[in-house]
Amino acid sequence: MEQFVAWKAMMAANEPTTLWQQFYVLFYQAFIENDRWLQYLNGVVTTLYVTILALLLGVILGIIVAVIRTAHDQQRPGHRNPVLGFINGLLKIYVTVIRGTPMMVQLMIMGLVIFASSRNFVMVGALTLGINSGAYTAEIIRGGLMSVDHGQMEAGRSLGMNYTDTMRFVVVPQAIKAILPALGNEFIVLLKDTSLISVIGGKELLYAARSVASRNYEPMYPYLGAAIIYLLLVMLFTWLLGIFERRLRASDRR
Amino acid sequence: MIDVKNLTKSFGDLQVLKGVSEHINKGERVVLIGPSGSGKSTFLRCLNLLETPTSGEIIFEGQSITDDKCDINKIRQKMGMVFQHFNLFPNMTILKNITLAPVRTGLMNKEQAEKEARELLKRVGLEDKADSYPAQLSGGQKQRIAIVRALCMKPEVMLFDEPTSALDPEMVGEVLDVMKELAKSGMTMVCVTHEMGFAREVADRVLFMDEGKILEEGTPGEIFTNPKEQRTKDFLNKVL
Repeated sequence: MEQFVAWKAMMAANEPTTLWQQFYVLFYQAFIENDRWLQYLNGVVTTLYVTILALLLGVILGIIVAVIRTAHDQQRPGHRNPVLGFINGLLKIYVTVIRGTPMMVQLMIMGLVIFASSRNFVMVGALTLGINSGAYTAEIIRGGLMSVDHGQMEAGRSLGMNYTDTMRFVVVPQAIKAILPALGNEFIVLLKDTSLISVIGGKELLYAARSVASRNYEPMYPYLGAAIIYLLLVMLFTWLLGIFERRLRASDRR
Repeated sequence: MIDVKNLTKSFGDLQVLKGVSEHINKGERVVLIGPSGSGKSTFLRCLNLLETPTSGEIIFEGQSITDDKCDINKIRQKMGMVFQHFNLFPNMTILKNITLAPVRTGLMNKEQAEKEARELLKRVGLEDKADSYPAQLSGGQKQRIAIVRALCMKPEVMLFDEPTSALDPEMVGEVLDVMKELAKSGMTMVCVTHEMGFAREVADRVLFMDEGKILEEGTPGEIFTNPKEQRTKDFLNKVL
């Protein structure tokens, strides 16, 4: 602490300092002075919180959209259900709009227009990210459902099982295994995209780094620190996903 | 048992079935032969509505299954189907493959289904494979399991769609043996195949299809030794 004050004064007075002294001062003021590490920690907690909420929302939306769209596409010709056709049209618009506009623009519209009166930036952010992720997840899941050999559906139906049961016991379990890498990719993108909610005032990790940087007039250490934390989180995520995937594949290698 | 009236089926501009009428009696073994693209498989797949006919009517045990009000799931429970590529469920054990449908459709409870499955497995000599996964079996074993899976629903008719075409030659015999045994037990069978020996031995009636129509039909003796149509003669000359 005393060392920090003394060396900082030396740097401020433009006296000659060693590299170690410079590093010590900048690092200390970026992470330790005034318990600033607490800001980062709170930021990480918010980041994970938003990620999990958005993930849940995205997966639920994704499954609903994918299943409805697949069911629509697999109807027998001449037996098309008009309600299903209408819903399918709406869902197509949803996917098109969400995939066709930048995440940042969606956040600004949600945070500053639609929910302009809300002060709960974190929830607005999680909602926006979830809706966004849902559109991508839906296409991933739909791809997975379509990748399962059509003969599987035919075999299930030829045994007299209905569409829902065949989907549930035969097609979906095989689809999940096929889409896990792509889904993991989407989760990682989502985790990093939470950094965007700082633009509407969500106090997550990047928000913390930026406030420290502007207070000290020193951007390098706060942003490097944030980058390293994001990297560690993603690595942790990837590792957990790898374990899950290996467990699912266990049935292939008997 | 199955009455087909003036059945047509088109895929886009391509008309695959051009008006097929046929009657299949209970206990009858009917074999469909013909060149590829003649509509044999499409005809068979129309019988349980895996393909929706473009026009025409199919009546199964007095009930029109092409009618919109018909519950096709109930009908399919009585029509077993065996596919060229087996289509076993790779994510389940053999026992689960066989018992899934009877349990889910409410035909049997789990214990009954497993008992039935093990008896059927014994009948085809694969009782030791109950807990294996499809990936661990040979093609011939997979197809025998697929037959057992269909039989476990206690169907009244079995449809076979080229059941031996995807098999190694040395595994064809074991599948045909199961089918012959099934024929002996009195099962109604409709079979699309290129195995002329099997057709000759098992069939009560052979249908020769070409270009979306049944060109000629008769007992195996009539078709194989004394075909009337030139097209049938040409086809048999090539395959026999």
